[in-house]
Amino acid sequence: MSDIKIEKSYDEINSKIREGKAVVVTAEEMTGIVKEQGVDTAFKKIDVVTTGTFGVMCSSGAFLNFGHTRPRMKATKVWLNDVEAYGGIAAVDCYIGATQVREDDPLNMVHPGKFSYGGGHVIEDLIAGRPVRLTAKGYGTDCYPLRMHQATVTINDLRDAIMYNPRNAYQNYNCAVNLTDRTIYTYMGILRPDMGNANYSSAGQLSPLLNDPYYWTIGAGTKIFLGGAVGAVAWQGTQHNPSCMRGENGVPVEGGGTVAVTGNMKEMDAAYVRGASITGYGCSIMVGIGIPIPLLNRDLAYFTGRPDSEIRCPIIDYGSAYPAGQGDIIGSVSYAELKTGTILVRGKKIPSAPLSSYPMAKKIAETLKDWIGRGFTLGAPQIHMPTVPFAGRKDEIR
Amino acid sequence: MKSKNVLLIFKKEIMYKPIIYRLARDFDTKFNVLEAKILPKLEGRIILGLQGPADSIQKSLDYLTGEGVIVEILAHKIMKDEEKCVHCGACTAVCRVDALTIDRETMEVRFYPEKCVACGQCKIACPVKAMSGTSIDL
Repeated sequence: MSDIKIEKSYDEINSKIREGKAVVVTAEEMTGIVKEQGVDTAFKKIDVVTTGTFGVMCSSGAFLNFGHTRPRMKATKVWLNDVEAYGGIAAVDCYIGATQVREDDPLNMVHPGKFSYGGGHVIEDLIAGRPVRLTAKGYGTDCYPLRMHQATVTINDLRDAIMYNPRNAYQNYNCAVNLTDRTIYTYMGILRPDMGNANYSSAGQLSPLLNDPYYWTIGAGTKIFLGGAVGAVAWQGTQHNPSCMRGENGVPVEGGGTVAVTGNMKEMDAAYVRGASITGYGCSIMVGIGIPIPLLNRDLAYFTGRPDSEIRCPIIDYGSAYPAGQGDIIGSVSYAELKTGTILVRGKKIPSAPLSSYPMAKKIAETLKDWIGRGFTLGAPQIHMPTVPFAGRKDEIR
Repeated sequence: MKSKNVLLIFKKEIMYKPIIYRLARDFDTKFNVLEAKILPKLEGRIILGLQGPADSIQKSLDYLTGEGVIVEILAHKIMKDEEKCVHCGACTAVCRVDALTIDRETMEVRFYPEKCVACGQCKIACPVKAMSGTSIDL
């Protein structure tokens, strides 16, 4: 990334933010500006483009430290509202994962299971300030003699509650259909037989990584909106794949990049972090993330200006190809088409529904814009994520 | 013109008596059969979509009740909690009568109770338990 052209520096942009002079727009507004005024004018006028996404992000969780007990204990097994948190770290630390299901949940014994309560719900309850039942067990040592501890706690009683999500904000995602002859219950929602419907899950033109497709401004240290609080990109996310297929405009046409993000749960707002129950699949969490993109150069103005009609995703059969781990792609569709509510696949008109909230994504991008207007400066990535070279814009005469 | 979806339950005493045809003939109410289940000699259950002037619909319902039909208004069966809804759209994938649809301008999920047939699929699809109420399994 260090070789990208810098026409406007972080320092310049941050000085403008401090002086209250920075021009900030959301990625949705940016598509209109670029369409009407062109990339060059948009680049000159705009300093920062804000993005947002709000959807189910299973690879999420939180490190909790419940404070030393008296006598002390080394908790090896921990539960919050009967949802197990991983206790294989230091004495009173644990990690509660979003998809962990409550003990004694019937799971899919009667299919499709409801998965009413899990790790994601614990995280939401904590952020909302609701009391949670903590149970911890240890085996007892000379320095940590206590073997059992129970207490009803709120987030204020926890010494630390730090969200750490290993893979969030997938750059792009599949559009799911079902080619089998029975209804299936997937993490992509309920899919009717014979391509009865299509579900997709991306904020499209508002989605953070689609607006900076080569991760020039997003890396470890980038300051972000996470669950209503200021957070940061911690690292590249798991399964980060810069070598994904890309369209002519450089924008990924499949999964692609991911980020690991972190933030202080004590500062978060439960409106942006919601426990999720996905029938027949499991428990999860819906997370709201917004990333500001500084327009360091004209290419970033071009990328942030790409509308839903120019962002495409693959249509995948979740009835057989996906579960079998085969890469078969049935077709390709743009987010503009998906957002009309009907798409055409193999000559058949099928209803399409989102699973990721566009209104929430927009609200997040607008909130982030408001933050920057009130002095939220941008954090330059300290360590860049793996990427691939950008061949240059096709719309530019060179 | 108003529209109202109703569940009619015909107990065995009246289930073979012709009743519904009079809605159109005598009460100027259009009816559309949305779902039906007949258990011979036991019970008949039918979901009708009624259309007509408000007073015609009311008279139709009074007539049905008078004939011994159990009438349940479906619009009151399922509720959407606007506080809990995150407008993800998962419910719109399963709603077969478009009672839950997306406003394409704002991409927000809108609930039109008068179109609802209380199938309960939205309760299964909603990840944040924003849909509640009693669903009808014919």
